[in-house]
Amino acid sequence: MKLNSHNWKLACLPFGVVALVISLVAWASSSPINISSKAPLTAEGKSFSQTVMQVDRFFEKQWSENEITPARISNDHLLLRRLSLALHGTIPSLEEIREFDSMQGEDRLERWTQKLLADRRFADYFSERLARAYVGVSGGQFIIYRRDRFKAWLSEQLQANTPYNELARELIAGEGLWTGDPQTNYITAASTEGNLDRNKLTGNTVRAFLGQRIDCAQCHDHPFDHWKQSDFEGLTAYYGQVEIQVFGVRQNEELKYEVEDRDTLEKRTVSPQVPFLPECLPEEGTLREKLAAWVTHPKNRRFERASANRIWGLLFGVPYIAPVDDLPAPTDLSQSEPDLLDILGDDFRKNGYDIKRMIQIIVASKQFRLSSTSENNEPEQIERDTDAWALFPLVRLRPEQVIGSMLQSSSLKTIDQNSNLFMRGRRYFSELDFVSAYGDLGSEELNDFPGTIPQALLRMNGKFAKDNGSASPLNSVGRIAQLNISDEKRIETCFLVCLTRLPTELESEHFLKQYQAEPNQSAKITEDLFWSLYNSPEFSWNH
Amino acid sequence: MIDSTFLSSKINRRDLCKVALGGSLSFMLPGFDLKAAQKRGPERKKSVIILWMGGGPSQLETWDPHPGTKIGGPGKAMKTALPGLQISDMYPLLAEQLESMSVIRSMVSKEGDHERGTKYLKTGYRPEPTTVYPALGAIITHEAPNSDLEIPQHISMGNIQQPARGGYLGGHLDAFRINDPGKNIGNMRASVKSPRQNRRLDNLSVVSQTFQKGRAIQAQKTLHQSTIDRALTMMSSEQLNALEIDKEPESVRKAYGDSPFGRGCLVARRLVEQGVHSIEVNLNGWDSHANNFNGHITQSKLLDPAFSSLLKDLKSRDLLDSTIVLCIGEFGRTPKINGLDGRDHWPTGFSCIVGGGGLKGNVIIGETDPTGKEKKPKDPVEIQDLYATILQKLNIDYTKELISPIGRPLKLSEGTPIQKLI
Repeated sequence: MKLNSHNWKLACLPFGVVALVISLVAWASSSPINISSKAPLTAEGKSFSQTVMQVDRFFEKQWSENEITPARISNDHLLLRRLSLALHGTIPSLEEIREFDSMQGEDRLERWTQKLLADRRFADYFSERLARAYVGVSGGQFIIYRRDRFKAWLSEQLQANTPYNELARELIAGEGLWTGDPQTNYITAASTEGNLDRNKLTGNTVRAFLGQRIDCAQCHDHPFDHWKQSDFEGLTAYYGQVEIQVFGVRQNEELKYEVEDRDTLEKRTVSPQVPFLPECLPEEGTLREKLAAWVTHPKNRRFERASANRIWGLLFGVPYIAPVDDLPAPTDLSQSEPDLLDILGDDFRKNGYDIKRMIQIIVASKQFRLSSTSENNEPEQIERDTDAWALFPLVRLRPEQVIGSMLQSSSLKTIDQNSNLFMRGRRYFSELDFVSAYGDLGSEELNDFPGTIPQALLRMNGKFAKDNGSASPLNSVGRIAQLNISDEKRIETCFLVCLTRLPTELESEHFLKQYQAEPNQSAKITEDLFWSLYNSPEFSWNH
Repeated sequence: MIDSTFLSSKINRRDLCKVALGGSLSFMLPGFDLKAAQKRGPERKKSVIILWMGGGPSQLETWDPHPGTKIGGPGKAMKTALPGLQISDMYPLLAEQLESMSVIRSMVSKEGDHERGTKYLKTGYRPEPTTVYPALGAIITHEAPNSDLEIPQHISMGNIQQPARGGYLGGHLDAFRINDPGKNIGNMRASVKSPRQNRRLDNLSVVSQTFQKGRAIQAQKTLHQSTIDRALTMMSSEQLNALEIDKEPESVRKAYGDSPFGRGCLVARRLVEQGVHSIEVNLNGWDSHANNFNGHITQSKLLDPAFSSLLKDLKSRDLLDSTIVLCIGEFGRTPKINGLDGRDHWPTGFSCIVGGGGLKGNVIIGETDPTGKEKKPKDPVEIQDLYATILQKLNIDYTKELISPIGRPLKLSEGTPIQKLI
C-alpha cells in the first residue's frame, strides 16, 4: 500500500512541474498590473505660468538686444519625442503617439508632460541620472556600498516627489545601514579599502548640490576662483565625525578631524567652518545635519541655481552653464538682473523645491519648443543662435537613450512597467550590455563627447541592431511588413515608430518604389528601411 | 552633402580592389602587409603591447619567487635566459624567451582596490572624481597616430570590465574592444551582403538628406556621416585580416594556446605587423583570495605559452626592437598566506616584466623581503615612472602638458624615466 502511494506521487510529479512552469510563464507574460495613468485634464495654475513667462521674457530680451531671431516653434510630434527622451530616456511608442494624437485642447503638451512625470519610467530614468551626479557609476566597496538600493531609494523619492532640499539633507546627514536606509550609500560610496575618503565626500557634495568644483582646493588654493585650501578643509571637517560601523553610518562625536600639513608633515586638527554665509548654519544638530542645513538653506542660492542647471541639462542634454557643476558665484540681485538660473531657482525655492514642477516649467518655456532648424546658413550665426538658446541644440543621445529608443521602436506597444517580464528583462539586460559596448559616460554624461567608430559599427552591424531589425512575428519590423495595409501606410508607420514623424514626399516615393518593384519582398525591404532609420543622424541625435 | 552614388560606388570599387589585391599578393607571407614588412628592426615606428593581468597576480607565483621561505608557498623557482633571473617554475617556456627583457620587482602603488588600482596602473594617475585620465595606449595614439591605418589605432582584447579608455582626451581614443579575439570579428562586417547593403546605404542617404534641411551646418558638425564613412572604410579594409588568425599555421596557433588570451597575443603580433601602436591583451582571473596556488597553476597554463610565443615571434620577425611588451596587473598579492590558502591584495612590492622597443634588457630592478615583514621593496618604482620611460622610448615628450576639460594643465606622465632601463 505504502509503495503504491509513493508511485502515485511520482507519477504526478511531471504534471506538477508542468503546472508550475505554465503558471510561472503565465505570470511572467501577464501584462498590465496597473494601467498607466491617463493624462490629467488641466495643467498648472497661475504662478506657474508667470514663471514660464518670466523665463520666456528673459530670453526674448537677450535676443532683441543681440538682434537674434529665434527659430520657429517645432511641431507637436517632435516635442513628444524630446519629452520622452528627456523624461523616459526613450522615444515614444506608436501607442503613445496615437494616444497623444487623440487628445484635444491647447494645453495637451502640458498634460502629456504630467502623464510622463507620473509614469514610473520617469522616476527610474531620472534616479539613474541623479545617482550618477551623487555617487558616480563605479561599484564601490563590496558589502558596505549598495548602488542598486541607493538608486531604488532615489526612484522612490522621485515618484513621491519628495522636496529636493529634503532629499539632499537625507543624503548628507542620513544615518543607518546601507541596506535598510539606502540614502546612506551616499556616504559609503566614498569608502575604499575600509577607509572613508572624507575629501571625496566634500568634493561630491559641493559639486552635486552647490554646483562648484572645489576638489582641487583639496591640495592647493583654486587657481582662478576664490576657493582656498582652508575652505575645503573646513567643509570636510563637517564630515569629520561620520563613521562606518557594523550598524551602518553613524555620527561619533568623539572624533576630531585631523589633516597632515603638507609642509610640516605634522597633524593638526581642523574645526568645521563654512566658506561663506555662516549665518545659515543652525545652532542645533550633528555636524552633518548642520552642513545639510547650510547647503540647502534658502539663502544659499548656489543650491537652487545648481539644481536648476542640472535639471535644465538633463532636459536639453546640455546644461545652461557648462560644465554642469562649475557655476560662477551668484550675483547680487539688487545690482543686476536675475539670470535664467535665478528665475528657475526662485520658483523652485518658493514652491517647495518641487522637481516635477521645475521640469514642467522648463518644458513649457519657449526654448524647449524651438526648432533645431534654421533659415540661416552662416556658421557663425548658427553658433551665435545656439549659444543664445534661440535654436534648439543638436545633442547626441546618451547610450541608454539610444538602446532605449532602439528597443522601443522594435515594439509597437509601449515598453514600460506594464510590459511582460520577458520584455522588461530584455530591456534591462540589453541596456546593460549595449551601454557598456557603446561606451558608458559615467558621471560625465552632460559633457559634449564625440561619436566613435565602434558606436557606428554597433548601430550598423551589432547584435541588437540585427535582432531588433530582423523581421519576426514578435517585433515591429515583422509586424509592419505583415500588416495588411497599403505600402504608403507601411512606410508611414515605420517612420512614426522610429523617428516620430511622417515621411517626406521624397522619402515616401523612394521607399514606395522598392515595395512596388518587389511586391513579395516586403519583409526584406522593411528591414532595410528600418536599418536606414536606425542609422540616420535623426535617430541618434536629439533635435 | 552626401552623395548616394558615391557611397555605393566606393564599396564596389573597394571590393574590386580587394579581389585584385587578394589575387596578386595572396602568396605572400600570411598576414603580412607589404608596407609593414618593409621596415623591421629598431627604425620601425614603435608599438606597445600591454599584457594586462586583471585581478592582480601574485609576484611570488610569477616573477619574484622566494622558494623555501615561509611566505614562498609550495612553489619552486627556475633559471631563465635572463642572466641572474629566477622565476616561478610554472613558466618553463617563458623562461627560455626572457633574454633581453627586464623585470621590476619593486612596483609600488597606493591603491589596493581593484577598480581604483586598475585605473591608476592603466593611466599612471591616481583616480579622482573630477578628471578621467587617459590610459597609456590612448596617450600614445593621441601623440603618435598612424594615418595609414583604416582599422582602430588602439585595441583592447579579451573581456574585461575596465578596458583602456581615452579619458579626457575623448571617447574616440577608447580602446576598440574585441571580446573574443581571433574567433569573432564581431561588428566589423556588414550584416547583409552587398546588393542589400548598398540599398541600405542608399536609403540612409535619402533619410539623412531630410535631416540636413535647415540643419546643414549643425548636421555636419555632428560628424555623424563621417563617422559612418570611416566605419564603412574599415569594414571593407584589407587590414582587417590582421584580426583573423585562421590563415596562421596550426602549429603557430597551438603554440600560443587556443584560449582568448592566447589568440589575443597572436592577434597582437599581427596587429603590430599591421602598424597598430597601442594594443592591450587582457587575462583575468588572478584574484586568488582563496586557493592561490592552484589558481596560479591554471593561469600559468594560459600565460606561459602565449607570452613566450609572442616574444619568440617578435624576435624571429625582427619586431621586438620596435615593440615594447609590458606584462603587469593592478597590484600583487600578500606575502602572508591566508586561512583559505589564498593571498590578498598587495599594492607594495609587486612585479612586472617589461622590455623590447629599445629599452635596456636583462635588467632586474628591486627586491622584496623574503620574510615578507618589510613592506617596502628596495628601489621602489611607481607606474608613472615606468610610463615616462616608455613614452620617452617612443620619442614622445612625456613632460608635454595637455589641458584637461576643467582647464588644468596635465603632463602626459608625472613620472621620471627609470635610468636603469634606458
